[in-house]
Amino acid sequence: MKDQNSEERTNLGVVVSGSLTRGVEVKLDASVLVEDMVVGRYIAIEGEKYRFFGMITDVSLETTDPRAAIMPPDVSDPFIAQVIAGTTTYGKLRVLPMLTIGGDAAGILEGPQPAKTVPAHFSGVKLASQRDVELVFGAEDERRFYVGTPLDMETKVCLDISEFVKRSNGVFGKSGTGKTFLTRLLLVGMLQKGAAASLVFDMHSEYGWEGKTEKGYKVKGLKQLFPSKVAIFTLDEESSRRRRVSTDVVVRIGYDEIEPEDVDLLRQTLNLTEASIQAVYQLAREFGDRKWLEAVLNLNDDDSKQLISKLNIHDSTYRNLRRGLDNLRRFSFLVSRAPDNSVRRILEYLDRGINVILEFGRFDDFAAYILVANLLSRRIYAKYRENAEREMGGEVAPAHPLVITIEEAHRFLNPEVSSRTIFGRIAREMRKYNVTLLVIDQRPSGIDSEVMSQLGTKITCLLDDERDIDSVLTGTAGKSELKSVLSKLETKQQALIFGHAVPMPVVIKTREYGTAESYKELGFLEAAEMKRKTEKDIEGLWA
Amino acid sequence: MKNQKLKMDMASKIAEVIEASSAEFTAQCYKLDQSPPLGSLVKTQDELGEIYGVVYNVETHSLDPGRRVIARGENLESNEDIFKVNPQLARLLSTDFKVMVVGHVQGKSLYHYLPPKPASIHSFVCTCRLEEVRAFTQSLDFLNLLVDVRLSVPVDEVTAACLRYASQAHSDPQGFLVKAGKELACLLGSDTRRLNSLLKRLK
Repeated sequence: MKDQNSEERTNLGVVVSGSLTRGVEVKLDASVLVEDMVVGRYIAIEGEKYRFFGMITDVSLETTDPRAAIMPPDVSDPFIAQVIAGTTTYGKLRVLPMLTIGGDAAGILEGPQPAKTVPAHFSGVKLASQRDVELVFGAEDERRFYVGTPLDMETKVCLDISEFVKRSNGVFGKSGTGKTFLTRLLLVGMLQKGAAASLVFDMHSEYGWEGKTEKGYKVKGLKQLFPSKVAIFTLDEESSRRRRVSTDVVVRIGYDEIEPEDVDLLRQTLNLTEASIQAVYQLAREFGDRKWLEAVLNLNDDDSKQLISKLNIHDSTYRNLRRGLDNLRRFSFLVSRAPDNSVRRILEYLDRGINVILEFGRFDDFAAYILVANLLSRRIYAKYRENAEREMGGEVAPAHPLVITIEEAHRFLNPEVSSRTIFGRIAREMRKYNVTLLVIDQRPSGIDSEVMSQLGTKITCLLDDERDIDSVLTGTAGKSELKSVLSKLETKQQALIFGHAVPMPVVIKTREYGTAESYKELGFLEAAEMKRKTEKDIEGLWA
Repeated sequence: MKNQKLKMDMASKIAEVIEASSAEFTAQCYKLDQSPPLGSLVKTQDELGEIYGVVYNVETHSLDPGRRVIARGENLESNEDIFKVNPQLARLLSTDFKVMVVGHVQGKSLYHYLPPKPASIHSFVCTCRLEEVRAFTQSLDFLNLLVDVRLSVPVDEVTAACLRYASQAHSDPQGFLVKAGKELACLLGSDTRRLNSLLKRLK
């Protein structure tokens, strides 16, 4: 294998044809082994005026004579094999030019710009050098967070976190492709750069304290790495205690906090009919928004009969509704009246810039997740909205941006419910109120296309379902080219990032997470070190 | 002075031009059966400069077109005995070879295309020295003259013979053949069958 430096100098070939939309075609030189060219690698093309920066989106084999395919030459003869390589048979790359870097001083100052043209015929093509990649993705600084390296390169690819949190974002990928690891990294990035506070609805309790790799190794969660900046809230105190997680707040939700809209969202999960949902609204009108649920759950048979005849609800509808609502009784975090206002507690922490991770413990089913996530987010939304409006009136300072992380996002954002859930609204408009979403999903095709189109940056691990790939790439320039890149990602530690926070789509090998060294790089201090640092800080105070 | 140099170069003369056109010439060997090998590079020189060519056909025939050569060795032991017994034969027969022009030197520059004027009649023809072959085949532009020409003999045989011969003048014969092969592959890209058969002849 050649080393990186010698590869940088090698001319890969020349541009022979192409277009801006489809990408340019590059005929490979005979000396370049086609198998070394990997989809997703970066390419620099020296045009007359600009230097183009692009990505390999396809590799193909070509012959000058179609008959060569029917009567292949005798390649067992090394001489013949050597002669025909690169002449009658040759490799071809399709390169999508994405950025241009101007050749003159002004162009260099301006930095990379989106490519609006293609390099001239027979422009020389090389693998992008480390410097090119650095120029495009920038070095790690107070805004940029290092998320991984490009394929076969050592350079860092950095995500502009302050841009990232300005829009809602998505992390997609099949199960087991590293979504959780990637999300954990992004959360660390947001925390480290202080660009936004996070509220994570942690369905499987894997972000807060500790997670597990597929091989069974434990990896530290955010609380272990940044104890002073992360608070763990839990719905299931026992589960947290069993896992020896130091939780900050136990969340209890009162029946009085559940509104008809919350049940509406649970329609599919609780197997309720449309008529049952109508009945819920009727009941809420009857008993009042804050009392209806408890009242209905406490009704005995006789009272029920009276009630349904009064409200003209069909018997089977009522039975369907009761069956559904009885399901809620198994959630021990639901109490008739909550001792503490969970929303206020969460907001208190978020206001102080402390990230909140809500663990679901044993309640890791969709009903609980959808109910709680939606219910809490709705309240938080209201507060942020209020705050933003007061800010417009000049009363208060703008709120610290908030990023709400939700898993299994298609349950909240599918076309059927997305217009009704708070998450659909956040994805569409909450940017104005400083709240954005980080949606994590393995089935992006289930998400409303309107919501998908609003996502700023999409980070996607391997997807192989055609519909999922299509929905992730909707509205992206060079879609068909990226499609081939996306479906060829490796199942582990590789992801395609594109959108607002990166200048061009990029395939990365995700940054290491889980080793002692990686923790250190992320800013984690061992206990002894922490103590030393604190002592030093104290000394500094008195000096 | 110039004439003297011309004579020196001609020390290895083997034949004389007896028929010439822009693209080819015919030379008669001074000695029967002493023609340069098929595909070899020869040159002829006159006041205008040097003309390089590739030998593409060698023919031995009777000098008098009216007199056919007849078999004479029925009662003799060996081939050589025929000439011992019939010493006149060496004078009655002649070996000619046909040369395809592939380049020329004018002044001090070497050009891989046809000269402005054909070779002078009766000018001397000599085989090229190794360094001349090496210098001439540094560039393979002449191959396109060779592959496109229509000859009375199979042209690919001549091309292959020429490249095999020229490869011996290079320090890395195999490397030279690969380079030449690639040039041929570019020229014959759309005709894989012809290219394959030609490449097989290069070994």
